Amino acid sequence: MNENLTALIPEMALLGTAVLGLLAGSWLPRRRQWIVAVLAAAACTTALIATALTMTGGREQTVFSHTFAIDTATDVGRLIVLGALLLVIAMSVETVRGHRREAEYWVLLLLSGGGTLAMIGANDLLMLFAAYLLASIPAYALAGFAKDARGTEAALKYYLMGALLGTTMLAGTALLYGAGHATLYRQLRAALPAAPYGLVAVGLIATLAGLLFKAGAVPAHFWVPDVTDGAPTPIAAYVTTLPKIGALIAVYRLLHQALAGSGVNWPLLLAILAAVTMTLGNLAAFFQTSVKRLLAYSTISQVGYLLMALAVATRTDVAQRGLLVYLAAYAATNIAVFAVATELPHAHTLADYRGLARDRPGLAGVLVVCLLGLVGTPPTGVFLGKLEVFTATVNGGYTWLAALAVANTVASLFYYLRWLAPVFSISRPATVGDHTVLGRWAAASAYTAATLSLLLGIAGGALLPLTTGPLLP
Amino acid sequence: MLSIVTFLPLLVCAALLLWPRTLPDLAYTWAWIVTAAVDLALVIVLWVGFDSHGGMQYEQRVRWIPGAGVGYHVGVDGLSLPLVALTCLLFLAVAVYSLRETRRVRPYVCLFLFLQTVSLGLFVALDLILFFVFFDLSIVGMFFVIAGWGHGERARAAALKFFLYTFTGSLALLLGFIGLYLAADPHTFDIVDLTRTDPLAGRGLYAGLVLLAIGVGLAVKTPTVPFHTWLPPAHTDAPATGSAILAGVLLKMGTYGFVRIAMPLLPGTWRHYALVITIIGVVSVVYGALVALAQTDFKRMIAYTSVNHMGYIVLAIGAAGTLAGSDAQARSLAVTGAVTQMISHGLITGALFLLSGVLYDRGQTYAIGAYSGLAAHTPRFAAVTAVAAFAGLGIPGFSGFIAEFQIFTGSLASQAIATAIAVTGILITAALFLRALRAMFLGAPRLPQAISAAGVTDLRSSEAISSVSLLALALAIGVVPRWLLDVIEPASRAVIGLVAR
Repeated sequence: MNENLTALIPEMALLGTAVLGLLAGSWLPRRRQWIVAVLAAAACTTALIATALTMTGGREQTVFSHTFAIDTATDVGRLIVLGALLLVIAMSVETVRGHRREAEYWVLLLLSGGGTLAMIGANDLLMLFAAYLLASIPAYALAGFAKDARGTEAALKYYLMGALLGTTMLAGTALLYGAGHATLYRQLRAALPAAPYGLVAVGLIATLAGLLFKAGAVPAHFWVPDVTDGAPTPIAAYVTTLPKIGALIAVYRLLHQALAGSGVNWPLLLAILAAVTMTLGNLAAFFQTSVKRLLAYSTISQVGYLLMALAVATRTDVAQRGLLVYLAAYAATNIAVFAVATELPHAHTLADYRGLARDRPGLAGVLVVCLLGLVGTPPTGVFLGKLEVFTATVNGGYTWLAALAVANTVASLFYYLRWLAPVFSISRPATVGDHTVLGRWAAASAYTAATLSLLLGIAGGALLPLTTGPLLP
Repeated sequence: MLSIVTFLPLLVCAALLLWPRTLPDLAYTWAWIVTAAVDLALVIVLWVGFDSHGGMQYEQRVRWIPGAGVGYHVGVDGLSLPLVALTCLLFLAVAVYSLRETRRVRPYVCLFLFLQTVSLGLFVALDLILFFVFFDLSIVGMFFVIAGWGHGERARAAALKFFLYTFTGSLALLLGFIGLYLAADPHTFDIVDLTRTDPLAGRGLYAGLVLLAIGVGLAVKTPTVPFHTWLPPAHTDAPATGSAILAGVLLKMGTYGFVRIAMPLLPGTWRHYALVITIIGVVSVVYGALVALAQTDFKRMIAYTSVNHMGYIVLAIGAAGTLAGSDAQARSLAVTGAVTQMISHGLITGALFLLSGVLYDRGQTYAIGAYSGLAAHTPRFAAVTAVAAFAGLGIPGFSGFIAEFQIFTGSLASQAIATAIAVTGILITAALFLRALRAMFLGAPRLPQAISAAGVTDLRSSEAISSVSLLALALAIGVVPRWLLDVIEPASRAVIGLVAR
């Protein structure tokens, strides 16, 4: 049995540093709690280096009785999660600096990030559920970190939905275990085709429930607007980006590895979920006036596009490439927009962004690149992601879904432009103080993320080859 | 070399943005004029070294995203080189015209430099995704031009409408491109490779759907009836320079796409649906002309004549796909006429839009009824506008005549009825231009309230140079067209050869 712990350095770096940070945070005076942030960033960097070494060394393997796979999807997923985590850490610096629970904040981020990494590699239903819990529970605490009324409500809503759908997921795991007499994907793959249809179908749907909750997809999306609106902005960036990466790669692995041969028509189910998610997210975003709520619904619609790749997971061999490229581009772009919102803590509504181009041209530039990027305008990364996902969808036989996604893309343009238009407006100056900025770190993360989002499109040629490689059973 | 021509404006744009904001406004405009002039000079050098029988030239092919079948592949042939030259010339004219611009000059100049790179990039692109990238970015750039420098709040609505329409079109185009990509083996977006392999030959419905997606995408941009409704408000509310670029360069992206992508890459399907395309062309010709006749707004009228002029191009390329009743020479004549019409329309309509900008600058309105007897106050403006209007209605001696003559001669053999109907478009256009000229320039002098008691200023030198130079070239093409046709004809014969496969 392969029990190679060095293969798990990224996960262990995050979780080990979390413990270390908790201990250090208990003893450090409040003005030196930033040391924990440095530790967290160091952990992410270590994990990134370890991942890069794994990728260059070609050390793909499964460890601990095949319950955890380190393959292409895991490697790229780790890169995206860790890069996004670093950006979230950078944009949080001013928000939590000098806070009485600053160390806890960094520790919770690390724990939840570690859980996300574990979801990506999970090759076993029980492992997946444990990772789900590890990724979720610290996130509930983070949502209520500000301890104000809205934050508490958000955390409670997040927690209740998470607990309900987590239990459903556990029930689904039990049903699949009953159907396939195993929890390992490689064994399920062999056993499920012969299992009773109804059992597998119900088990799959129940398992998906928890994962869709993490991804913020319809019908488990109700927490997204409230948490995004109620939590501090960097947390909002976190919960709308990282859990999605973990959950979508986990669903991809589950469908591709465990259910490939089963008779359940899950491609159609995923296609319908994708269609409903992107459409509802878009429609709800249309007339939002609050920036964070608009972004929340925009992230829901983006999940819809990502689910398209899952619908054709086994029908075409470009699905994985599309999923991973889109995830990377989405993470960079979404974080950049949230970083701008963090940098402008007094601008809450679209109208507050009036005249931003004149006051803060740099931030306005980030908004142009990233909001148009979220639409899928070339040459940003999301364009390449959309191109790959649409190609995969057409190739997988769901042309109607691709056409619907195109229609939705056009519709989404409307609300992104509703935000961009006031940015360039000159007619009336914004209220004094609306455009005061928070600090250097949030701005730096906005610029870095926007640059990444652009580079992923222009230099996408370097990324694409990394994303093709088989999943390990 | 081609990449230098394409990206030079973008480099200057980046340099201007990074430069401290201490420069006076005029310095930015002059930097733009110099850039545009250098770019035009480089294109002239390219033209001199161009071998008209050499097919695709100045090619450059670099791996970009090989995993996705996307490459950076540029080159010019007889179809694209004239359009590249037209783009450079129009941007130079617009730069000179902008010497009098005072509103936020720095972003204005940068936006136009960006647009120039995007437009040039589209015409030299030989990869579908590269083409699409520039196609989309042109929409983004023009959106900001209309929204930022257009006429007030209405401009914002017009810009949004323009963006939504053309962006929808571009996404339809993308779906079509994906369809082509998936059909090719090995999967590729390269136009030259796809032209060679003709992956959709004999694919019936699938090929039809791909042509539908690409056709809709390009038809929105061209625009043809019934996808033209974004055009009049966009033109009416855009600044004069934006309108000139929109009509002169951006509309050509649609028609160029037909000749570069739809015809050679889907030859069988193109022939199959040639009649539909011809009918759309004729409807655009007649409908555009009739609606233009009903306009009371000078700029809106010119906008609708664009629909009419683009209709001739669509008619020609439709006829070029009809093998029955025509020989290769007639069909190649139609394509040559279509490309010449693209150049001619760019020059003449570009000049007309710049002149309508002068009109608005003086009287703050485009309403034809607000002006009367202008010729008495502004003889130079009246003369130049009259020349431009006559050129626009296709009078012999100007490029429009050469283009439309070739289109009709080339299309008559295979699409006699359609061509006969389309000829009425010329009559209506003549009527509407003459009517507008008479109402505005002749008769008892009457001016809008906005003009001060000191009277109306005639054409200034920057305005005159920009519009007259465009008209002079239109005249040159009309009198001695060989230098242009020699470049276009071999390329259109090649296209006809590809369509007849």
